[in-house]
Amino acid sequence: METAWFALIGFMLTVYVVLDGFDFGAGILHLFVAKTDEERRTVFAAIGPFWDGNEVWLVAAGGVLVFAFPRVYSAALSGFYMPLTILLWVLIVRGISIEFRSHERNPLWRAFWDAAFASASLLIALVLGAALGNLIRGVPLDGTGYFRSPLFTNFLTRPRPGTLDWYTLSVGVFTAAVLTGHGALYLWWKTSGLVAQRSALIARRCWAAIGIMAIAVTAATAWVRPALFEALRYRIWAWPLLAVAVGGWAMVFRSIVRGKELHAFLGSAAFIAGMLAVTAAEMFPTILPSMIDPAYSLTVWNAANGRQGLWIGLAWWIPAIVLAVGYFVYLFRSFRGKLTHRPETGGY
Amino acid sequence: MDAVVWDRFLFGFTITYHYLFPQLTMGLALLIVVFKVLRLRRGDPAYDDVARFWAKIFGVNFAVGVVTGIPMEFQFGTNWARFSDFAGGVIGLTLALEGLFAFFAESAFLGLFLFGEKKLGPKGHLGAAIMLLLGSWLSGYFIIVTNAFMQHPVGYTIAPGGALQLSDLWSYLFNPWAIWQYAHNMSAAVTTSSFVVAAVGSYWSLMKLYPLHAGICLRVGVIVGLTACLLQLFPTGDRQGRLVATYQQPTLAAMEAKFERSARADLIIIGQPDVDRRRLDNPITVPDVLSFLAYGSFGATVNGLEDFPKDSWPDNIELLYYMYHVMVGLGTLFIAIMAAAVFLLWRGLLYQSRLMRWILMLSAPFPYIANTAGWMTAELGRQPWIVYGLQRTIHATSPNVSTGTVAFSLLGYLGLYLVLGILFLYLVGREIAHGPAPVPHAVAA
Repeated sequence: METAWFALIGFMLTVYVVLDGFDFGAGILHLFVAKTDEERRTVFAAIGPFWDGNEVWLVAAGGVLVFAFPRVYSAALSGFYMPLTILLWVLIVRGISIEFRSHERNPLWRAFWDAAFASASLLIALVLGAALGNLIRGVPLDGTGYFRSPLFTNFLTRPRPGTLDWYTLSVGVFTAAVLTGHGALYLWWKTSGLVAQRSALIARRCWAAIGIMAIAVTAATAWVRPALFEALRYRIWAWPLLAVAVGGWAMVFRSIVRGKELHAFLGSAAFIAGMLAVTAAEMFPTILPSMIDPAYSLTVWNAANGRQGLWIGLAWWIPAIVLAVGYFVYLFRSFRGKLTHRPETGGY
Repeated sequence: MDAVVWDRFLFGFTITYHYLFPQLTMGLALLIVVFKVLRLRRGDPAYDDVARFWAKIFGVNFAVGVVTGIPMEFQFGTNWARFSDFAGGVIGLTLALEGLFAFFAESAFLGLFLFGEKKLGPKGHLGAAIMLLLGSWLSGYFIIVTNAFMQHPVGYTIAPGGALQLSDLWSYLFNPWAIWQYAHNMSAAVTTSSFVVAAVGSYWSLMKLYPLHAGICLRVGVIVGLTACLLQLFPTGDRQGRLVATYQQPTLAAMEAKFERSARADLIIIGQPDVDRRRLDNPITVPDVLSFLAYGSFGATVNGLEDFPKDSWPDNIELLYYMYHVMVGLGTLFIAIMAAAVFLLWRGLLYQSRLMRWILMLSAPFPYIANTAGWMTAELGRQPWIVYGLQRTIHATSPNVSTGTVAFSLLGYLGLYLVLGILFLYLVGREIAHGPAPVPHAVAA
């Protein structure tokens, strides 16, 4: 039962990264792929109906986490107080910049929000990646069940690391690159004309870099936390997940060459999902590893809610997620197809 | 200052600010459905223009509500870690359900509603509006269930490790406290939005702009407004008060600044509590009414604060007392204003009476104050507990977060929200000045 909730939260976070990832990527890129106001509006129209719903996956995963693993929720969120607070501020700025830019035609107003949107998107991608890096590296959890992770210390992974060190930052940069590539493929798929051409060009370069970075980050991970790869050796069932990630990466290139936009986007989604799933499979059953003593780590066994509550929760989760997926399919179908330039009459 | 004071200030400030936005959007969702239904019934396209105008106001409010709402969920973990650890196994359910059932529906249908008017057609667009209404009201219910558990915990057991666990789903979800608090809260949200809609109608009307649209806003605003104000008092406010009188007796005593027990207790209209001397200065009271309101009989005995140990008294009696009286006082005034406006509407004089339209226009901020005061009554009244009778607020903070860190985040939120507020007012002011647009807006790329 606890294992099922580990998988469910992993699933929700993966969907979150795949969905919100494309609007982060679009945000990072839009200053470069869309030069005129008309082009920028096309980018905003491409993500406008979706970004808010995408972000709900994070909020919903947070709610599920506090319910299923209250100990992890309280330890992790209070331990990462500073980085999380700053992340929330940046999320506020980002949400506002999408909503507010269209309300005013003044070019300075729009330039300001465009820059705010791009930098907030980049910063969030970096921080989300660094957060993943922290989960892999481990945190100074002690016998009290709590820890305190400053924003940074001396950027070394030992003995007393901050949230940001060379390793977590490198995972952050890798994540930002992946989401940029993901967003570029989304824009290539959803837009036309110059925006689509520039996006395709950036996507090709970006995904080449991602391949090299993936190898480097994997090597760094093996050095920082070798135990993870030990786990992988015995978990043969996790190997296909790795194949999904590699296959996704290959599919991106194949599809770019053949001009198949949707396939390329699906390839990058598979790459993201595969990478995250492999990481989760290696981590299991640990959720929040302690670098002081593995006995202090929070796992699915020592951090979960009671069985009865978990069963009740599962009975609600299943219909809820079916409905949610239904809404998303309907939403994406309603706004399917490529966007064309239209004169401004409001909206985005 | 103690760390817990910073934590409470941070939570109090961010939640008060956040709730300025959902109270309007939840009520507006209902009014937008009313406008869309009237459009289909009467065939007057002006209703569509009005609905579209309010959808824009809704969109801006919704966006600010979303971005200020996300930090709330995370604050349970960042600042109240011991509370999340203790109660997360119960209240986590409704926080999860809110995301899963309500937010997904809201966000998906908001996109469809704002951008899909042409694609969906009139009936489909009404459908999207109804889903938006359901999503936002469901979201409110899950949050109220969470709060109701903190006010009046039911349906739980205590696990061997000391944490709370859910044992009875249905008694948790249908906590009587939740049902009345929800009804009271939702009619308050509808009150806010009706006042705002009527105020904008009054403004246009006094400026002699968009007479058709101004008339619709005024008419719908005051009729829905009067209904909501009346429901606010009875039965919802009445039942909410009785629950406090039954389950939170020290809170009732503090709300009324009642220090000594008495039968035939007076209802305090106004007066200044002097907690150190345990008395009320300059009181104006109505005899016997408190006994009747709390327990249904003029002769009933109402306990005073002195009947309870001092460590169960709410820790800010003065503020609690004033917030409660501000809420009740404003609620009463709202009934008078809306009743007068509906009377004038019935006599066909509302569109001529300058005084009434001025009053309606200037009243718009006051339901926000009343809503805030009501929530402060609920939350200050629950003190010194975070989960009533089970966990004290001082035992709920994060042990690993320093006071300086909390102060840093509080100052950051104060600055960020100030800027956000200025931008918000600027944009909403512009939309009101633009008025209702006669052409469909929402389909643009």
